[in-house]
Amino acid sequence: MNTLLVLVLALLALSGLVTVSIRDPVRQAIALGVFGLLEALMFFVVQAPDVALSQIVVSGVALPAMLFLAMAKIRSQREAEREEAEEE
Amino acid sequence: MRDRPGGFSLRLVVGAIGVVLTVGGFVWGTTGLHPFGSEHSRYGFYTAHHAVAQRHATNSVVAVAFDYRAFDTLGEEFILFISVVGVVVLLRSLHDEEEEPEEEKLIPEQRRASDAERWLGTALVGPIAILAAYIVTHGQLTPGGGFQGGIILMAAIAFIFLGGEWVILLRLRRATSWVEMMDAGGAAGFAMIGFGGLIATGAFFYNFLPFGTSGSLLSGGFMPLANVAVGLEVAGATLMVVSELVDQRLLRPPR
Repeated sequence: MNTLLVLVLALLALSGLVTVSIRDPVRQAIALGVFGLLEALMFFVVQAPDVALSQIVVSGVALPAMLFLAMAKIRSQREAEREEAEEE
Repeated sequence: MRDRPGGFSLRLVVGAIGVVLTVGGFVWGTTGLHPFGSEHSRYGFYTAHHAVAQRHATNSVVAVAFDYRAFDTLGEEFILFISVVGVVVLLRSLHDEEEEPEEEKLIPEQRRASDAERWLGTALVGPIAILAAYIVTHGQLTPGGGFQGGIILMAAIAFIFLGGEWVILLRLRRATSWVEMMDAGGAAGFAMIGFGGLIATGAFFYNFLPFGTSGSLLSGGFMPLANVAVGLEVAGATLMVVSELVDQRLLRPPR
């Protein structure tokens, strides 16, 4: 274990703690993205660039985008339900 | 509440059994492993030293994933395919529930992205799509391959979404047939490559194409073809999830 790896693992633990302690889903999705990017850095440090490459895109773009879309969809459904309740 | 204070509830017992089994299994499973960071994996050593000589592929990771262990990758690919089918089955029931409004009315003033955001988002689509094509086609030479490149291609389209060009994504949602074809065609194409080996030599996923010069774009036998098939499948699958999640109700003005 070299110093760089120890540093990255410590940052990873810290960012994991931060991610689970955030309660607002939107902020949590961003924190999850940061956690994933640190994971990609860790894969790079242990010499797995193939895995790091997919991790960067999955955690940096794909996962937050899907989470945000899902949250937006839930919100719009709630709004639609409220509208229907008001109309009745 | 059924939990008696001080007494053992059933929940606690079940939880304790689960914790003991998980921790015990984890310790049992990891004690026999090589120490962290050691370089004594015989399989890794073998493939790193023989991938170029046997398959003319300079990236031994892709040589393992798309040639030596291509059958495992077929399973992985179908895991993705089936999970996306599940998502689509769950979400598509909403598809025809309401009439789709005119496109001009879809984006109200308040929900439009700023000019800078639109410019940056749109300007990044092309370069990222080219990067995706590069990563897919150079899988057997440098780190990358179909899975990584496919998801980067999806990210290129996600930049349209970040640029606020909702209308394009809605069109994508209405014309999902080509995304579906991309997904299904990629998944089937990879399996077809396996059957090609079966037909040519009698072994499923036998690398039946000429290996070419190592270091060139068309080297490693069927690896470039397999990477393109998997790249299309991954991009199609992830795009299908994104397009199913995009809902025209998201575009209504906030009240």
